[in-house]
Amino acid sequence: MADTARRGALAGRRPSGALLGVVPFFVYVTVFLIVPTLVVVVGAFIATGPGGQGALSLANIRALAQPAVTSALWHSLILSAVTAVAGAVIGALLAYAVSTAKPDGVLRRFTTSLCGVLAQFGGVALAFAFLATFGATGYLTNVLASTGLDDTGGLWLYEWNKGLMLVYLYFQIPLMLIVFLPAVEGLRPQWREAAETLGGSTWLYWRKVAAPILFPSFVGALLLLFTNAFSAYATAAALVSQGSPLLPLAIGGTLNSEVILGQENVGKAMALLMVVVVAAVMTLYAAIDRRASRWLAR
Amino acid sequence: MSGIRATRRRRQSVLRWVVVTVSMVFFAAPLAGMLDFTTKDAQGRRTAATWAKLVDVEGISRDYPDLAAGFTASVGLAVLTVVVMLVLLVPTMTWVRLRVPGLSRTVEFLCLLPLTVPAIVLVVGLTPVYSWVTYFLGESTIWLGFAYVILVLPYAYRSIDVGLRAIDVKTLSEAARSLGAGWGRVMVRVVLPNLRTAVLSAAFLAVALTLGEFTIANLFSRTNLQVAMFLLGKSDAQISVAVGLAALVFAFIVLFGLSFVGGRSHSRKENS
Repeated sequence: MADTARRGALAGRRPSGALLGVVPFFVYVTVFLIVPTLVVVVGAFIATGPGGQGALSLANIRALAQPAVTSALWHSLILSAVTAVAGAVIGALLAYAVSTAKPDGVLRRFTTSLCGVLAQFGGVALAFAFLATFGATGYLTNVLASTGLDDTGGLWLYEWNKGLMLVYLYFQIPLMLIVFLPAVEGLRPQWREAAETLGGSTWLYWRKVAAPILFPSFVGALLLLFTNAFSAYATAAALVSQGSPLLPLAIGGTLNSEVILGQENVGKAMALLMVVVVAAVMTLYAAIDRRASRWLAR
Repeated sequence: MSGIRATRRRRQSVLRWVVVTVSMVFFAAPLAGMLDFTTKDAQGRRTAATWAKLVDVEGISRDYPDLAAGFTASVGLAVLTVVVMLVLLVPTMTWVRLRVPGLSRTVEFLCLLPLTVPAIVLVVGLTPVYSWVTYFLGESTIWLGFAYVILVLPYAYRSIDVGLRAIDVKTLSEAARSLGAGWGRVMVRVVLPNLRTAVLSAAFLAVALTLGEFTIANLFSRTNLQVAMFLLGKSDAQISVAVGLAALVFAFIVLFGLSFVGGRSHSRKENS
């Protein structure tokens, strides 16, 4: 009896007391995540020009149509798409190759650790690595020059559609391995044995069993790679010192000194544009990921 | 049947070695470039002078104060980020599981939200927030840790969530409570030890992300390790490339070492 009474008392106290426990988290997230997001979203629609100071306006959004922004966006989209597709294909092949090795073997540990570092830790160091290799004094620059492939002395490295693509691939392939390896590992040997027992060839197994199971994971990983490249800033900033060929660099530029008077909030509009693209891709990713997890118990 | 399987295994191992070798050459080439670059003197002869400079700790803090300051700041940032992240996430996620399960979707959404808000966007929005942080707490680099917590939120959430799923928090905490433990003691002495692996991996992710962070620090003009490396690259390229290579190798050794520690629990049954 006393027990029930006490439980009743606890239940009565629950709402206020229990909610108090999550207050610190919500306050923190509000200050450092929600407020910044709102600053971007609201700021994108507030004019800073001499005409309408502080008024609601679409001027910043219209400013996105200027050629500098559209070309930055276009470059970013192309760069992200190409490196995502190439990275996904090569990375998936590498993931499959690694998955056929012993699960606790040194090869597997070595590759996953290396890829972990290259995918997540790179940034400035990766830019340096490529400068040291293909830059003016890099050891492969001479090799390329002597074979006639490169007569610019390593200048191609700084171009968004040549050098940056190569550098981005250098962290996209490792990321693909990390994201896709669990999916490949989820392919059970029994499925292959079943296909063989029923007389299926290797080709048939891949086409009818493995590919349909892996496809959602593959597309999901590809989308993840796309957003990864689309929002990357460090490597490009360390490599490109002039101009803003990519959207993240253009946004960074508006925070530094290159702001034209009255256009302070164009940076916010660009940031909003970026969020919209990333959010659209991530929503697609979430839907595909649900589909993928049907076969792969994680 | 066994004949087919043996052939397949042979083919697989050929494919494995070809693919892995080609990829490793691709991965190794730029790293070799770094090593080559840092061991060359002006005449193109081999020398270990750069690395000797890097090992000399006193010399570094004398000749490259920015680098030393950036390194110290990054270590401080890593500690602050991990502590704030754990203090914020572990109790909240446990509490939500135990007492307010209705909020679990909201918490999950908020924790995964940073995935759609890239660091470069966060910087734009954080500018006014950080003018307040600077007003209240001063201009020290270390306060960037607050923003870094947001960046690690999705990864930390996922790994702690996996940890919480694996244990029966409810029974554990009820047992502890009925034995007279307060909530604080339940968190520190019961929940936290049971989440060891999850907390470790969340903390490792936070450290890796903090040590590699460049975007926010650079755009707020604060000097952490990456920014120091970047700035140094303009004046003394060799030493900054050496630092970059050392950082990559260090991170690799830590990850490789960790893979032996936590690997057991990950190996699946179906592989046997």
